[in-house]
Amino acid sequence: MDDSSIDAARALGDPLRRRLYEHVADSGGEVGRAEAAEALGIQRTLAAHHLDRLVEAGLLDVVRRKVSGREGPGSGRPAKLYRRSEREVSIQLPPRDYELAARVLAEAVERHGAEEALHAAAREEGRRIGAGTDAESVLELLRARGYEPEDGPRDERGDGSGGEAEVSLRNCPFHRLARDFPPLACGLNLELVRGMLAAHAERRGGAAPETRLAPGSGRCCVLISKNNID
Amino acid sequence: MSHSPPSPSPHPESVSHHLAQINVGLLKAPLDEPSMAAFVELLDPINALADRSPGFVWRLTEEGEPDATRLRPFGDDLLVNFSVWESVGALWDFTYRTEHLELLRRRRTWFDRFSGAHLVLWWIPAGTVPTLEEGRQRLDTLHTKGPTAEAFTLRDSFDPPATPQFPHS
Repeated sequence: MDDSSIDAARALGDPLRRRLYEHVADSGGEVGRAEAAEALGIQRTLAAHHLDRLVEAGLLDVVRRKVSGREGPGSGRPAKLYRRSEREVSIQLPPRDYELAARVLAEAVERHGAEEALHAAAREEGRRIGAGTDAESVLELLRARGYEPEDGPRDERGDGSGGEAEVSLRNCPFHRLARDFPPLACGLNLELVRGMLAAHAERRGGAAPETRLAPGSGRCCVLISKNNID
Repeated sequence: MSHSPPSPSPHPESVSHHLAQINVGLLKAPLDEPSMAAFVELLDPINALADRSPGFVWRLTEEGEPDATRLRPFGDDLLVNFSVWESVGALWDFTYRTEHLELLRRRRTWFDRFSGAHLVLWWIPAGTVPTLEEGRQRLDTLHTKGPTAEAFTLRDSFDPPATPQFPHS
């Protein structure tokens, strides 16, 4: 068993620390001590203490950067900022290795050229999720599935419309599989999201937002049109 | 051999070596069939994207043509895509971090499964241009031996050969 994963999980056992971790993760970027303290309504020294514990546990990274507007001599030391670490923590008891199974299955799909069957299966699974969810809105549904939706880049495909607003997904639930099998994992994910949104929209009697693949670094490859997002 | 992705690249950029890649696609139908139209429409924009991608060095084109789709050195129904890049990371980013990914996602619409290796990578001395015959041999090597330093894939890639050291005087 991986001791460092257990230490990381234990660090989140403290409710205040968990809220701090969520605050930094939800920011999608870097957060300073004062900002985190203010957001949670706690003393700055207390926030600093817990943020540093989260760093020790490997859940947050420290970035030292001069805060803009304070330049030149006398502007002081660079501020200590915190951001979510790239590290993945996973504890499964008894031991399980679904990722290994996923890699072997992905390899088999590729070898057999069975991508169309994969897409169809993913779409159906997505429809089951979308039909069974309690989520009221599309964003709530995406959040519940761990996608961490946020305002994305404008659609710059040059169709002269000046760019349509889109939602991007900060977290890729299939991150490691998507690095080893990008077309497979991103294709699976696109169909999964499409199925989810379609079934969710049908239940509510509306139209589903459009989706497309637009790979970028540091986020999920799927972008979702803001039309029909409530 | 590395299972980690080359983004950010685990492979050092090599001044002395470039990365050659060749891949073949088994066409489901001739390119002038309506079922292939969406693929044909993507050719120019995707090739233009490759040409301006960081780390792009060279790609095979037919003389006087924008691409190599009419060259069929390995058979009438086999499209060949042949190019050279500065690093594995550069090729990875173009292949999987651009609109090219959408083309890969839909490849079964236009291409049948190919029984041999369909894509192979290998290192070449910088400044040289690989031959199609060499590409065909590398595909065979990958197919028979699996990924090795002589013939590998984006998923199982190898570092470039070490730069020769100056002999001690």
